[in-house]
Amino acid sequence: MTARIFCLFLGLAMLAIAPLARAELRIEITRGVSEAVPIAVVPFGFEAEGRPAVDVAAVVDGNLAFSGRFAPMDRRDMQSQPTRPEQVRLEDWRRLKADIVVIGRIKPAGAGRYEIEFHVFDVFRGQALMGYSLPVAADNLRGAGHRIADMIFERLTGVPGIFSTRIAYVTVDRHENRQRYRLWLADADGARPNAIADSAQPIMSPAWSPDGRRIAYVSFETGVSRIFVQELATGRREAVSSAPGINGAPAWSPDGSRLAMVLGGVDGNLDVWILTLANRELRRLTSHPAIDTEPSWAPDGRSIYFTSDRAGGPQVYQVGLDGQNPRRITFEGNYNARPRISPDGEQLAVVHNDRGNFRIGVHDLRRGGLRVLTDGRQDESPSFAPNGSMIIYATREGGRGVLAAVSTDGRVRQRIASTEGDVREPVWSPYAR
Amino acid sequence: MSMQKLAILLLSAALIAGCAKKTKPDEAAADAVGADDPFLTQPLSGDELYGDGRPVEGEFGVTDTPESLLGRTVIYFDFDSSSIRSEYAQSLAAHARNLSDNSRIVVRLEGHTDERGSREYNIGLGERRAQAVRRALMLQGVRGEQITTVSYGEERPAVTGSDEEAWAMNRRVEIVYPR
Repeated sequence: MTARIFCLFLGLAMLAIAPLARAELRIEITRGVSEAVPIAVVPFGFEAEGRPAVDVAAVVDGNLAFSGRFAPMDRRDMQSQPTRPEQVRLEDWRRLKADIVVIGRIKPAGAGRYEIEFHVFDVFRGQALMGYSLPVAADNLRGAGHRIADMIFERLTGVPGIFSTRIAYVTVDRHENRQRYRLWLADADGARPNAIADSAQPIMSPAWSPDGRRIAYVSFETGVSRIFVQELATGRREAVSSAPGINGAPAWSPDGSRLAMVLGGVDGNLDVWILTLANRELRRLTSHPAIDTEPSWAPDGRSIYFTSDRAGGPQVYQVGLDGQNPRRITFEGNYNARPRISPDGEQLAVVHNDRGNFRIGVHDLRRGGLRVLTDGRQDESPSFAPNGSMIIYATREGGRGVLAAVSTDGRVRQRIASTEGDVREPVWSPYAR
Repeated sequence: MSMQKLAILLLSAALIAGCAKKTKPDEAAADAVGADDPFLTQPLSGDELYGDGRPVEGEFGVTDTPESLLGRTVIYFDFDSSSIRSEYAQSLAAHARNLSDNSRIVVRLEGHTDERGSREYNIGLGERRAQAVRRALMLQGVRGEQITTVSYGEERPAVTGSDEEAWAMNRRVEIVYPR
């Protein structure tokens, strides 16, 4: 009996501690590209008092590695650690086979502020490529690291970086017969996670507003599904759909004025509807006895892709905003669901049943044809990065859900492993406006 | 009693008797020293004699069969299917009768799927299962207002695990009466 009481006490104590433990995510590359560019990001000098709270060079280094396009050099292999341009001897780096060298230093800039100066050199051509000075709040050094990685990525690849963007995802923690569902926001690389909603009942289907300031999601907190829109800066939220039956799968129109969503009604016939947020006008888009769900707007806002099993198994269809004559898009295999469109509107990421395994596939909307990008057994919830270069998704590992990312060409795949919880439904934010 | 059952009973009795003898080897050995090599018997208590088939004493009371069928509140489904297997017909009929007789009860049907595939599509599949049960009840006279449905899709598994056994336990509709 005393053992049981002790157990109970321990359990309660752990429950009390649980909210303090942050579900930090960490990135491991599971498959890389051989032609990744070798880059040396030298530790940044720190010329202010004390020690910096964040190793900015490590953030830059980690982000560039995350993209799969760069292979950062181990610090232990660096023969010198210059922090100013005049200290850089390119021939040393050439010998170490680094193509690009990044150096920098952090200088004090008044109360609570720093200035970060950084320089990028092309070792191969013997040129200075970039030199910038960036003012930053002392408590946002990590944000500065993401920004620097974005600038370097864009300069070297011609594509805007995504390291300053954010991801949202859902976790569930099970203790005995109780569960906690949480909706999280984190940096794109998984750092700085913060729970923005917490419930004993399921939370699902988070969707970013196009301006990145609000998130729509489904919550079962009252025992039935309802759709909420939550403002990130204030935490204020509003139920925007509480119809009888299913309220699900919210998707923002590209201009942010409308939500496509799924309503089931009393008879449970799931169809796609469109809600105009300003006046709460609700309009039916599809009308079919089959399951129509998972709407996703084309980037031009003129059509909607959705999942329907009107032909038997779930497949992706496209329909104009008049709702007339939906057109079937996917034909490969018996299961293609949860369509998400690339920012350029040319590719469609889906959950595809690949001989009994659920994997992330990309359907080429121009030429047709589907490529399977992942090799898990239960991969789900693909979401494009706002530059279209990567897809984040959920996979299973050791009996729980973890996040992973794959480059859209399928060449680079990596796990973003959290230290706790069953992680699902990652969604990549748009660029901040 | 069929011949088969009788045979099993006799065989069981023989086995039990065998076991019972073995339980007293020392006494048997001691007595075996006696001149006439006496035959030993061992009394059995009721449980040992009949196992689970022990006769019930007293008169049988009348019991309400539907009551016990009402205890069955989870209906399991085959993979990718929302058709109700015939084994649930009696149980569903009992629930239908109960709801018809108690028109103020509102029952809640919670549809669930296994964890495979896409989450919102699974919400649809869970709802399809809940609606199949709803229709079955309404066909037997239950008014629509007495039934609400909710689909949790794969979000609230009954058991955790990623194998056929766990999946089969999670493809279900739960009939929830108000407490």
